[in-house]
Amino acid sequence: MAIMKSKRAELATAAVLMAPFIIIYGVLFIYPTIKMVQVSFTDAPLIGDGQFNGIDNFVRLWKDRLFSTSVWNTLYFVLLSVIPSTIIALFLAMGVNRLKGWLQSIVLACFFLPYILPVSVVYRIWAWILDKDFGIAQVLLAPFNGGTNINVFRDLPLFMPAAALLTVWWLIGFNMLLYIAGLRNISTEIYEAASLDGAGRWTQFWNITWPLIWPVTVLVLTIQLILQLKIFDQVYLFSRGGRVDATSTMVQYIYKQAFQLNHGGVGAAASLVLFLVIVIFSVLQFQLLRTRGGEK
Amino acid sequence: MSATSTATVPARLDDAAIARRQRRVRTIDKVGLVFTVLIVVGAILWAFPLYWGVVTSLKPESDVVKAGSALYPEHLTFDAYTYALFGTKLGLWYINSLATSIATTVIVVAMSAGAGYAISQLDFPGRRILWWMILASFMVPIQALIVNHYVLFNQFKAIPVIGPWMTINTLTAVVGPQLLAPVTVMIYKQFFDSVPREMKEAAVVDGANDFQLLFGIYLPMNWGITTALAIITFIAAWNNFLWPFLAISDEDKMNITVGITQVSDAFGVKYARDLATAILAGLPVAVIYLIFQRRVTQAIMLSAGIKG
Repeated sequence: MAIMKSKRAELATAAVLMAPFIIIYGVLFIYPTIKMVQVSFTDAPLIGDGQFNGIDNFVRLWKDRLFSTSVWNTLYFVLLSVIPSTIIALFLAMGVNRLKGWLQSIVLACFFLPYILPVSVVYRIWAWILDKDFGIAQVLLAPFNGGTNINVFRDLPLFMPAAALLTVWWLIGFNMLLYIAGLRNISTEIYEAASLDGAGRWTQFWNITWPLIWPVTVLVLTIQLILQLKIFDQVYLFSRGGRVDATSTMVQYIYKQAFQLNHGGVGAAASLVLFLVIVIFSVLQFQLLRTRGGEK
Repeated sequence: MSATSTATVPARLDDAAIARRQRRVRTIDKVGLVFTVLIVVGAILWAFPLYWGVVTSLKPESDVVKAGSALYPEHLTFDAYTYALFGTKLGLWYINSLATSIATTVIVVAMSAGAGYAISQLDFPGRRILWWMILASFMVPIQALIVNHYVLFNQFKAIPVIGPWMTINTLTAVVGPQLLAPVTVMIYKQFFDSVPREMKEAAVVDGANDFQLLFGIYLPMNWGITTALAIITFIAAWNNFLWPFLAISDEDKMNITVGITQVSDAFGVKYARDLATAILAGLPVAVIYLIFQRRVTQAIMLSAGIKG
């Protein structure tokens, strides 16, 4: 009897504690996800119902040059931002790790502070630095252009590399943080033993640091990959007033179809594609985390 | 370090070998110094854009556009800041950002602590399904749901009485999708799992119920984690761009991150003013980070799956 009562009390407690979570996730996660799948098979506008039209939207995506441009731009941006930000972060983390005391704190803060700032601030600062007329970076850029200033975000081949550059500047602190934690887990005894055996710096890096830090590298790569596939903010802000379509990314394509062209169905279909791509990478990441957790 | 390693050198090493090793230690230290200098130079380069933004915002507009503008403010002025604070809607955007970020933080932390406790400590039907749902939502890109979130909040208009307070173009709509923070539930569960069972059992013998356990033992024991999670939830909400940008078109209801990029374009190119508004927009999160550095880094590592 007492056990029955406590069981019922436990259930009631659980219901009270879980209720906000269940309501919020039901309304804002489950329902919109189901709706996304459903709407992607209709010709619905942004607001209002549409007719079921089979896989028309997906055929349309397949044929739409803007969609393939957006996919390629997204992948290009991922390539330009994820790999450099991972590699540079490792070297910077090794450098920071050598320092001690207040110097280490200050140096780390210099690299980390940009990561804390909102994208709008990053956008304003870099728009000023790269400004065509008065940007300080023109001192370095103009000589490569025969002495005339370059309008970086209006010069198509330069757009994505520039967007990737400031993204690396913005987000590197996060990667460094994970690497610094990883480097601290490598025991100094291994390095001492290696240097006793006469191993040089480079040998130590290739034979000790690189293999032992590899799990962190994989983690950083997957987190950044998933994050950058969802690129919108910087690219959108810098492309305004320029050739928006030529630099469009996947989320921008969704935005354009649904919010600017009022094609809710096509927007949902593109969302579903992005959704599936990211879920696949996330499952991989989750598996990696689980195997890492299992090693402990 | 060299003293300890010399001590561990086996006796059979001859003098020449020791001399060779010491030479190597010396060159390594020289290389080390080069690395230290490089990393410090790197840090200065990294901080330069921020410095340049701040310096520019403290100059008069006429100095800003002068060729070969100085690396420090020759004629220090706060005109750009006075303008940003009193000539724009910055104050209003600040209030909107504060309101939505605080609401997001409070709801996310309270909801996650409750759900984390229930999943970690209670046994009820559907517990496993809920746990899988949390893991699943961790993988879903919120960006893929923007279209349907927009439609959903637009539908809220039809709800009697409260509808107008939660549809598109309200602060409630800005908060809504930001409440999906499965990572905080996962972190709470992980930390509640590691609270020693004896503590719970002792309290249960004394007649404590689950709410007393949660507020008397589990939360106080994990106070640090709660602060850390609250801080990064706040920073993330303050910095969010895409959804607040879509949900709000009314200038008066914009968040600061959206407002400064959508509205300032109207008054032409005024570099110092633009930068002053941007710096004011970033200031709160920068200050929070500098005060709570350790908590911020701890929370970031936890959400990346590294127990710090």
